[in-house]
Amino acid sequence: MRGLDLDYMLGLVPVILSYVPLTLAMAAAAMVLALILAVALAVERVIRVPVLDGLVLLFISFFRGTPLLVQLFLFYYGLPQVMSFLTAIDGVTAAVMGLTLHFAAYMAETIRAAITGVDRSQWEAAQSVGMTQAQMMRRVILPQAARIAAPTLVNYFIDMIKGTSLAFTLGVTEMMGATQKEAAGSFLYFEAFLVVAILYWIMVEGLSQAQKRLEIFLNRAYAR
Amino acid sequence: MIRIEGLTKRFGATTVLDGIDLQIGRGERVVVIGPSGTGKSTLLRCVNFLDRPDAGRISIGAISVDAARAGRADILALRRATAFVFQNYGLFANRSALGNIMEALVTVQKRPRAEAEARAREILSETGLADKADSYPASLSGGQQQRVGIGRAMAIGADLMLFDEPTSALDPEWVGEVLDLMRSVAQTRQTMLIVTHEMRFAREIADRVVFMDGGRIVEQGPPARIFDAPRDARLRRFLARVSG
Ligand SMILES: Nc1ncnc2c1ncn2[C@@H]1O[C@H](COP(=O)(O)OP(=O)(O)O)[C@@H](O)[C@H]1O
Ligand SMILES: [Mg+2]
Repeated sequence: MRGLDLDYMLGLVPVILSYVPLTLAMAAAAMVLALILAVALAVERVIRVPVLDGLVLLFISFFRGTPLLVQLFLFYYGLPQVMSFLTAIDGVTAAVMGLTLHFAAYMAETIRAAITGVDRSQWEAAQSVGMTQAQMMRRVILPQAARIAAPTLVNYFIDMIKGTSLAFTLGVTEMMGATQKEAAGSFLYFEAFLVVAILYWIMVEGLSQAQKRLEIFLNRAYAR
Repeated sequence: MIRIEGLTKRFGATTVLDGIDLQIGRGERVVVIGPSGTGKSTLLRCVNFLDRPDAGRISIGAISVDAARAGRADILALRRATAFVFQNYGLFANRSALGNIMEALVTVQKRPRAEAEARAREILSETGLADKADSYPASLSGGQQQRVGIGRAMAIGADLMLFDEPTSALDPEWVGEVLDLMRSVAQTRQTMLIVTHEMRFAREIADRVVFMDGGRIVEQGPPARIFDAPRDARLRRFLARVSG
């Protein structure tokens, strides 16, 4: 048993903090891309386009059914061997791609359930005024589904931020990668990983607060 | 001129509409009465394909659609020529009163936003809801919600307005204001097809009353004739029940 090297820990904070922008950028990019993909997948699951529906199901099943780390290795180390145009892919891109596909599969199911949860009267009202399927989705169904899905989607965003730490296994120096390097130099593993854990924790707590405010905002129209 | 010919609808093995023929003149107000479960809602919902009819033809002005082979474009054309007022209001929960009335003008009719908003505000005044423009449906009373629902239908400028028991979900205190609004819609010579259980209102507003039973039109005629001199025994029984 030894005491914590507090000076070392305090000195490490700004070092790791300087990688927060990269971590957030990867998570934000993956979140935006995953949301777009997930909405497309979810809408397809609801209207069920023949043939495409089978492919969508396969996609969702695969990316939910295999570990994120395995998917990242498959993209970064595996794919370039069979698809030579991917050799130029860097770790950050591969990580964003992996996070996008992995979380899109989960989010698609959340959004599909939310779409199904929108009251039948809303679909009929949209149809009765002569909206096309696309207009109905965009103007009536998706906005209401967003409110239902939002809390769960924010939880996935939180998972995604934590998931970016896996990018260090692809050689990316993000928060986790930077910490690993620092610890390897100082041998103060406990201090170093404790600092990075606390920093992740603070970020996630901040998001949880934002999540509460988002829910209030999204529910404002529905409050009695 | 609106023409419904041989309209047929089955749910599984049950025939809910059994070859309905009905013509409605421009500006005419037709009220449909009949026991519940007799296909009145289904008739209205088949006219704009909320339920897809199995057979028959629906013609509204220049649009004429054969139910058996109706495609997406036919269905949209019918829906854009009609407006529907739902028993449970069916307001867009994510839009304010103003937004509900504007929505189809902007999204479907592609009118400029400013013009759509001006028209929607006019309608809000006509429906006595000018001060509720920014209220969302959840914060409105049943009567107010249904007035927005009727306002939304008015804004569309449809050839035919369909009302499916517009007052049946309302607390009694709100029924009067909704019926009043329907009276003022009637004064604009709007063509209306109304399902209602309000018999006094039916007698007052209808040019013609249609009595349905078992998925068929059993008897029709001017309200005085239908209510005061019913011929068919089923109609007589129905009237005795609802007035007794
Ligand atoms: N979506 C549906 N699926 C199966 N049966 C239905 C459906 N909608 C209506 N029905 C049946 O069709 C019949 C007529 O219903 P409806 O048109 O609602 O009658 P009304 O409006 O005259 O009370 C009823 O027996 C009802 O149970
Ligand atoms: Mg009914």
